[in-house]
Amino acid sequence: MSQATAAATMGVNETPTSDPLIKIEGLTRYFDVSKPLLNRVIERVPRQLLRAVHDVNFSIHAGETFALVGESGCGKSTVARMVAGLIAPSAGSVSFEGVDRAAARSAAEERKIRRRFQMIFQDPFASLNPRWRVDRIISEPIRAFGLAQDKQEIDHQVGELLKVVKLDPADGAKFPHEFSGGQRQRIAIARALSNKPEFIICDEPTSALDVSVQAQILNLMRDLQDEFGLTYLFISHNLAVVRHMATRIGVMYLGKLVEDAPSRELFKDPRHPYTRMLLDAVPDIDMSGRARTPVKGEVPNPINPPSGCTFHPRCPFAFDRCRKEEPALLPVSENHFASCHAVAEGRIESLGAGVQE
Amino acid sequence: MSDPLLQVRDLVVEFPTRRGTLTAVDKVSFDIAPGEVLGVVGESGAGKSLTGTAIINLLEPPGRIGGGEVILQGERIDNLPQEEMRKIRGKRIGMVFQDPLTSLNPLYTIGEQLTETIQTHMKLTDAAARIRAIELLSEVGIPAPESRIDAYPHQFSGGMRQRVVIALALAANPVLVLADEPTTALDVSVQAQIIALLKKTCAEHGAAVMLITHDMGVIAETADRVAVMYAGRIVEIGPVREVIKNAKHPYTDGLMASIPSLTHEAERLAQIEGSMPRLTAIPDGCAFHPRCPQAFDRCRRERPELLDADTTQAACWLYAKEEAVT
Ligand SMILES: Nc1ncnc2c1ncn2[C@@H]1O[C@H](COP(=O)(O)OP(=O)(O)O)[C@@H](O)[C@H]1O
Ligand SMILES: Nc1ncnc2c1ncn2[C@@H]1O[C@H](COP(=O)(O)OP(=O)(O)O)[C@@H](O)[C@H]1O
Ligand code: SF4
Ligand code: SF4
Ligand SMILES: [Mg+2]
Ligand SMILES: [Mg+2]
Repeated sequence: MSQATAAATMGVNETPTSDPLIKIEGLTRYFDVSKPLLNRVIERVPRQLLRAVHDVNFSIHAGETFALVGESGCGKSTVARMVAGLIAPSAGSVSFEGVDRAAARSAAEERKIRRRFQMIFQDPFASLNPRWRVDRIISEPIRAFGLAQDKQEIDHQVGELLKVVKLDPADGAKFPHEFSGGQRQRIAIARALSNKPEFIICDEPTSALDVSVQAQILNLMRDLQDEFGLTYLFISHNLAVVRHMATRIGVMYLGKLVEDAPSRELFKDPRHPYTRMLLDAVPDIDMSGRARTPVKGEVPNPINPPSGCTFHPRCPFAFDRCRKEEPALLPVSENHFASCHAVAEGRIESLGAGVQE
Repeated sequence: MSDPLLQVRDLVVEFPTRRGTLTAVDKVSFDIAPGEVLGVVGESGAGKSLTGTAIINLLEPPGRIGGGEVILQGERIDNLPQEEMRKIRGKRIGMVFQDPLTSLNPLYTIGEQLTETIQTHMKLTDAAARIRAIELLSEVGIPAPESRIDAYPHQFSGGMRQRVVIALALAANPVLVLADEPTTALDVSVQAQIIALLKKTCAEHGAAVMLITHDMGVIAETADRVAVMYAGRIVEIGPVREVIKNAKHPYTDGLMASIPSLTHEAERLAQIEGSMPRLTAIPDGCAFHPRCPQAFDRCRRERPELLDADTTQAACWLYAKEEAVT
């Protein structure tokens, strides 16, 4: 059994002892959202920066599924794009097996790291080139990384990949528009698997799909994880999906990680007031009548975020310190972190039960 | 039970094409009682929006009503001239759509739009209409409505805009509100607020609601009864708790089991193989039969109508009395 599969079969609340596969430290990203220079000069307005991701830290161990959850605009995709190396951080680092990607010593080393990463996006319609046949789409990473040269070998690999995602090898000759949304996401997954990555970043992979198709894709992703010992960074705004998939969950609000805990524990004993609010906002589909606090307010404008703890205008626990001082992500217990003054000062008690039955 | 507020009988929506007529809504029938919230749920393409659009007579050509009747408070409205129908929309049927900007004019203030709707349907002076508009804004939870009333739609957040749309929909005290995916574009924390608001304000105004959504959670939170649509047909209809917790139709049952839960852990999600057929390839008999784990011979030949299935009605041959299984 490989190290990765050993971790995958490990109980979700056990602490992995090995070094993390991915380590994210102080990850920060600003976007320049200023008006064009001429307008700035005429209207005498300063440059404006939007803090999309601010000082985010977390680690992912081999075989784990680390999920990022939060409402739109909280910075999930920006984290994903930095981890994937699609955009550069303004500060902080992403390390793979202890090697800082940005500091990779040579192009060859960076390429070697890149081969072990892949990404799956929300929109299977936009992420597949409509003019390419499916076999060419799937084999593109094989060619790009020079993993196989002769046509017969590539065709064979593409056929196998199509079978792995439960499509027909004959589907390779078709174009993306001939497939349904769920089938296109299977093609995107086959493509992502083609360079035999160890780590896959999945940004809202089922958010555009209907629930019955979502179930097929989530099951497939779990099967592939077991089969190939994959590690996932799994991004979704849907808490139930995240609960189903993740071993560990990070909750984001306005660019910051506000809570980070093993999946089971986050649902059993959420500590950060924002996590609790999110859980209370999810419709009670089981009609269990569980007690919930009505949600108040909306996410503020990220260009001009509130002072101190950015959640303070909506927080039922807010006190003086929250308006002045930004809370740090501190341990609540071994392996469970929250960034909240009230939690740190022991003003927010453990729920004990959470939403679990 | 009181007389139904809305009766939909064998409604058909079709699209003529070069290769024949496509039937997107196929003999759909249901009632809505006064003050009731009827949820209409199903996966994308099931025909939910077209059903709603046909009821308010806003189908875009070449789409057309190909049969059936729509009866509002005892009066047939599916064959009314557009002029008459326009009076019913806004006055007797309020509307809330997914994108609030389809209901709001960017060039006019919120106040102008509200007072116009109020004065079209009620005889009120400008001053009285403005007071009524402020009341409505306050009712839907817009903070400081006296000053916000003169703002333009773009000055509101998505959630606040949807509140304004709900105020507009209720402005003329309609008997029915048609809400098509009213919270789909919103984040979960805003969605929770809008669902609660829609439910509360409609109840206070005595308006029934036809709530269309793909989200079973929204239905569970809001509806009294729910109709489940598949491939243009209603496959199950009944009290919301029964349909959600105790579904009778194999499709509803599979759909419910495929939704990940916030409160239970599962190794795997139940899975319905395949996907909903395209309009050009709707199977004969029961449209669900190629995906149904319980399909038998009759399912491939004959289309099932809604049959009594204990606490709900299901369009499924498993509930045919004379051919009871086993
Ligand atoms: N290229 C960009 N230019 C300007 N702002 C951006 C850009 N990409 C993202 N943002 C902003 O950064 C914030 C985080 O966005 P994103 O990471 O996409 O959030 P999420 O994926 O959680 O919805 C948002 O306020 C968004 O508007
Ligand atoms: N103008 C059109 N021409 C042909 N088919 C259409 C048209 N508009 C909608 N349809 C089809 O009708 C079906 C039902 O659509 P709709 O009522 O919008 O579904 P839902 O709201 O349940 O997602 C879909 O298969 C859709 O593709
Ligand atoms: S730091 Fe203060 S405002 Fe922020 S979540 Fe904690 S209690 Fe609430
Ligand atoms: S009628 Fe037959 S195929 Fe259709 S749902 Fe019932 S058992 Fe399944
Ligand atoms: Mg995103
Ligand atoms: Mg629709």
